[in-house]
Amino acid sequence: MRIYGFFLAGIGLFFAIIGGVYWFTSYEDGGFLMLVGSALLGLFPGSYYLWWSAKMKPQADDDPKADIAEGAGAVETFPSSSIWPFILGMGALFAVLTFVFGLWLAPLAATLFLSGAIGATVESRRGGAAGVAASEHTASEHTASEQTATG
Amino acid sequence: MTTTIEPPELISPEEPGGPDGHTPAAHRGEDDHAHHQGPTGILNWLTSTDHKVIGKSYMITSLILFFIAGIMALVIRAQLTTPTASLVSFQTYNELFTMHGSLMMYLFAGPFAFGGLANYIVPLQVGAPDMAFPRLNALSYWLYLGGSITMMSGFLVAGGAASFGWVSYAPLSNATNSPGAGADLWLMSLALTGFSAIFTGVNLCATIFYLRAPGMTMFRVPIFSWNMLVTAILILIAFPVLFGAVVMLFCDRHFGTHIFTVQGGGVPVLWQNLFWFFGHPEVYILALPYFGMVTDIIPVFSRKPLFGYKGMVFATMSIAALSTGVWAHHMFTTGVVLLPFFSLLSYMIAIPTGIKFFNWIGTMWGGQLSFQTPMLFSIGFLFAFLMGGVTGVLLASPPVDFMTHDTYFVVAHFHQVLIGTAVFAGFAGFYFWYPKMFGRMLREDLGKLHFWGLFIGFWVCYMPQYVVGLDGMPRRVAAYLPSNGWTTLNVISTVGAFIIGASFLFFLVNLWVSWRHPIPAGDNPWDGGGLEWFTTSPPPHHNYSQLPPIRSERPTWDYNHPEHRTIHAGRHVKPSDTPSEDEKVGASS
Repeated sequence: MRIYGFFLAGIGLFFAIIGGVYWFTSYEDGGFLMLVGSALLGLFPGSYYLWWSAKMKPQADDDPKADIAEGAGAVETFPSSSIWPFILGMGALFAVLTFVFGLWLAPLAATLFLSGAIGATVESRRGGAAGVAASEHTASEHTASEQTATG
Repeated sequence: MTTTIEPPELISPEEPGGPDGHTPAAHRGEDDHAHHQGPTGILNWLTSTDHKVIGKSYMITSLILFFIAGIMALVIRAQLTTPTASLVSFQTYNELFTMHGSLMMYLFAGPFAFGGLANYIVPLQVGAPDMAFPRLNALSYWLYLGGSITMMSGFLVAGGAASFGWVSYAPLSNATNSPGAGADLWLMSLALTGFSAIFTGVNLCATIFYLRAPGMTMFRVPIFSWNMLVTAILILIAFPVLFGAVVMLFCDRHFGTHIFTVQGGGVPVLWQNLFWFFGHPEVYILALPYFGMVTDIIPVFSRKPLFGYKGMVFATMSIAALSTGVWAHHMFTTGVVLLPFFSLLSYMIAIPTGIKFFNWIGTMWGGQLSFQTPMLFSIGFLFAFLMGGVTGVLLASPPVDFMTHDTYFVVAHFHQVLIGTAVFAGFAGFYFWYPKMFGRMLREDLGKLHFWGLFIGFWVCYMPQYVVGLDGMPRRVAAYLPSNGWTTLNVISTVGAFIIGASFLFFLVNLWVSWRHPIPAGDNPWDGGGLEWFTTSPPPHHNYSQLPPIRSERPTWDYNHPEHRTIHAGRHVKPSDTPSEDEKVGASS
């Protein structure tokens, strides 16, 4: 985890330096703000990872001598199939077409989008419960992977 | 609707292998095929959250769009063969070059790499059962497909498709100069595909950060996956800016704002700043995945470990970081950008790129080279990208850029860079991983005909464009005067374009032959070293049920060649890095 922290914080630091140089050589606010945004994009998650890495023990995927056995336990609960991404995607498609062709498409877009969002959420709750149950069986050997949210 | 995945078991190097030392398929989870009871047929396509199905969907869709855009390119070249050809009207010509560029840039080169091959290969390479967020992954594909349909449907509306170029400069792209639904559909398509790319970027980061197998430390992750991680971060930096710019332009077109129009106090050049803050990283979003493919391919066909693994990783990071600080080198001629700053940073990109070239050549140096189709395409990439890169260094110089801006010199440079990466390296990757994805081989003879046609056509098509560009021929023109003296060079260029087009017929025939008369690929037809070559071809539903010990960047090679396991990347591995006695006798979870 430390390496992700340094990786992302390094990105933030790079953009902070470049942004500073850019501002004091050009005084152009548009480009400067984009560079500041990029710096924050690296610094926020980078500092978060560094903070956590100081508190957590090294993970199996960071250990060069780790055995595959150290990943024992449920890796994750993955949905094998789901119709809701398709419904959500079609909702998004009709939503943007509403901006082009008019509001008459809005009800269809809203119906698809909302049903997709609700369906995916309900499905997540079921999957999440299954994931928790599975994790409880192997609670003694958690890995970082187990903490990843269901997709 | 959910499947809980247990991690793969350790498989011992001492367990029985085949006569070639390769692991029997059953050890790697072939029986897992039977465990997956999901929908089949079109319902499987609509509902699958398997990264392999989604990856293949991305590849098929993007290849179809690639061929459509390629046909547009041939019409464009046919129009330019003679000075005043009337094959298409000027308006249609504008639509064709806009849609050719848009399809190639937004809907082929990027999605083929980070939606297609990366989706399929990255989880396999890091030992993961799927992407971290499988349903988000499926949503990314549907947004991409929706965006592609939206962009193409511009041809069906009154006024035709967008016709302001793939860069959509304001004020040409405002409602006065580009009226009609075609331009709006183009903008909305970018919104959909932009979110698709962002979601894929999030997914790739989470997968590589959190779902690596034990022992797969960051500095053992294959370079292709490393490059996809860096690309994913570039996507997260660049695409939100594009989305913001698209929303602003749409507001200017329909809601009465004046963000990019002078009349209301807006600033047209702001569009260029926003667009190129996305657009230049986009060039590397398109290039870095392909660098990664070539970096994984060259060692396999050189029978050597990669030369300079960490150098490659840091070079990739440097290229990505610098690429976001050079956006205004596309705007030198506007007169409102800081020339020394952007010129210097642009030159600096040549340094890490040079390191990559050095390492690619260093990997081949002294190796037992084998010139099979993926290797030929990789070598073709080296030549093509070298030429595109060198002319890019020229364009980083403001005086040269002032002379050549908006001429065919830039067109030639840009196409040599992008065909070098997305086509040469992209098809190298496709030929390389096709056996893994489909469990069957492509024919070598047809693959080599494809390569040589593409390679010859590439140089015949683009070298004359440098010359005609230096002579002043502007880009995006449908006609020119006979007295300009550009006809001969344009004829040669068109001949080259049609040779390129013809070369892809061999590719299509190759696919057809492979489909109708399959030659089984086996699990590791190239004797590759990455983890993806350990599983079956095609892999089972959740990729692995067993994994080898991961003690280097090439765990499968280590497993299949125990006689060489102490020699790693040109150096002897410390005794502490070699597998323990427990591993050797087959300890498992």
